Amino acid sequence: MKQASFREAVRSALRDALRTEPRALLMGEDVGRYGGAYACSLGLLEEFGEARVRDTPLSEAGFVGAGIGAAMGGLRPIVEIMTVNFSLLALDQIVNNAACLRHMTAGQVAVPVVIRMATGAGRQLAAQHSHSLENWYAGVPGLRVLMPGTVQDARDMILAALAEDDPVLVFEHQYLYPMEGPLDETAAPASPWHSLVRRPGRDLTVLAWGGCLPRALAAATELSGRGVEAEVVDLRALRPLDLDPVRASLARTHRLLVVDEAWRTGSLAGELVAQLAETALYDLDAPPARVCTAEVPIPYAQHLEQAALPSAERIVDAARALTERRG
Amino acid sequence: MTDDGVHRLALLRDMLLVRRFEECCAEQYASRKIRGFLHLGIGEEATAVGSVRALAADDDVVATYREHGHALARGIPPATLLAEMFGKASGCARGRGGSMHLCDVSRRFWGGFAIVGGGVPIAVGLALAERMQRGRRLVAVFFGDGAMDEGELHESLNLAALWKLPVLFLCENNQYAMGTALARHASNPRLVEKPPTYGIPATRVDGMDVLEVERAVREAADVVRGGSGPRFLELSTYRFRAHSMYDADRYRDPEEIAQWKRRDPIELLAERLTEDGLLAPAARAAMEGELSALLAAAVAEADAAPLEPTSDLARDLYARTPR
Repeated sequence: MKQASFREAVRSALRDALRTEPRALLMGEDVGRYGGAYACSLGLLEEFGEARVRDTPLSEAGFVGAGIGAAMGGLRPIVEIMTVNFSLLALDQIVNNAACLRHMTAGQVAVPVVIRMATGAGRQLAAQHSHSLENWYAGVPGLRVLMPGTVQDARDMILAALAEDDPVLVFEHQYLYPMEGPLDETAAPASPWHSLVRRPGRDLTVLAWGGCLPRALAAATELSGRGVEAEVVDLRALRPLDLDPVRASLARTHRLLVVDEAWRTGSLAGELVAQLAETALYDLDAPPARVCTAEVPIPYAQHLEQAALPSAERIVDAARALTERRG
Repeated sequence: MTDDGVHRLALLRDMLLVRRFEECCAEQYASRKIRGFLHLGIGEEATAVGSVRALAADDDVVATYREHGHALARGIPPATLLAEMFGKASGCARGRGGSMHLCDVSRRFWGGFAIVGGGVPIAVGLALAERMQRGRRLVAVFFGDGAMDEGELHESLNLAALWKLPVLFLCENNQYAMGTALARHASNPRLVEKPPTYGIPATRVDGMDVLEVERAVREAADVVRGGSGPRFLELSTYRFRAHSMYDADRYRDPEEIAQWKRRDPIELLAERLTEDGLLAPAARAAMEGELSALLAAAVAEADAAPLEPTSDLARDLYARTPR
């Protein structure tokens, strides 16, 4: 197994998709000659040609809708929306068409499209380029939503998404692209539809995913030095949710901390806390806690932006407060 | 009778079927068996029948929420459509779509899309799939004059032209975007002047003349099939009834409606057939009788069909069990 970046893992998956699935094509803004805004598709135009690596105009509704239509017509498009912020221009196509069509036609229409997009804040890009809106999509029946938090998942989730007959949205936190980690490019992709314990611990369960997972793991290391053993669970699939491993963890730790880069109000963290309270309340020795983004548009200035976001430090503080409480 | 005579009589019957079907829908709505939005295309039968009949049977069709006529012209049985609107298990979408989402993929009728302009990018994608799989089909996409103001429509024109895709854009201009007249919703109401800015040739067609519609669509379809990229037709038409069953129709001059009704597409064709000695009064009456019986049987069949069970509510949400 080699060391690779998250970005290289994405590229590895895209290349494998084009090599092994003749119906696959990439389309999106600057995916071809530019190589992708985050360089995820660098070199793929040269390797696979203009027909299968398609630069699109800056018309998100148009090309996302075309990707959905192409999937209906028998292709396996992998559509890149440069960032989740721009996906709002394609919300009609994703929610009204991709999500609804199978059910609304009683199964006559399949939409096997993969829609990838970068998400999240932390690079001083200001409010309009820093949203975390994956929870909006995770609330829509008919969609599947994945968010890798490791280098291996960055590859596996794209390949697993490609194998589904449903629309799958894959959110890649833009802060993770340079992150290094082990990458096995030969193994069959692991199922992305299950939550996984990434670090065992006995004192509390920290539930995180995507860009917050490395921060949760860093916090767990810090906490360990202070005598608190956090069990970190990676949610991985945002829709459908797999909460059995989380409940199993809570049965051991009896404390829940959810980390989510969305704004607290309406966040997926809120839904997770609700579902876990409904089904595992009597396993808890303390009220569940959340670390979310401050409810402001993400500001540009570094100190302001960092003050708004979930950080390892804020996770440590929340975990200590939670474990110091006596049930 | 010549083949042409037989063909024109068939078009008349197709349009009459659509008209009587929609009148039947209005009755079923009044008797509360159909609910929700019901958009009738009465007056617009020539654009639906003339277009769909001019296409090859395996061309793709993407329609709007005013699509009863297109679905019928594609050959979906009236009983299947009525059952859908009644919420029955034998409906084309098992009661999940209703009037606005009639669909039969086996007939390559991809359905009614109920967000104005929302089906147009889908058509572009279907055409891309067709092109990449080296097929010879084209994609015909219907939309109204209201959609000409939507960004999705313009993004689709640009993309289809840029990639030279086999899309036939069919604008059913019924002069109103819901209740707002063309001159009040479009800075330039000459719709055919817009597609050429994307390099797409566009032609205006008398949408009340089914033979003109059929001829224009057939010619444009041949050009599109030849691989030279998309074409655009504006089919100028008019709906005789309100936008939907909720619409009090306060925004149109009764004289304007009366004027358009003098060019009723069904009567225009019937008059010509009568002049040509092809449609005796008895033959018209026989046609009406046949359709009346057919629709009565369709209503009875849809009435008798079982409701889609609520236990199947979540059926067809995903291709497989979620995890």
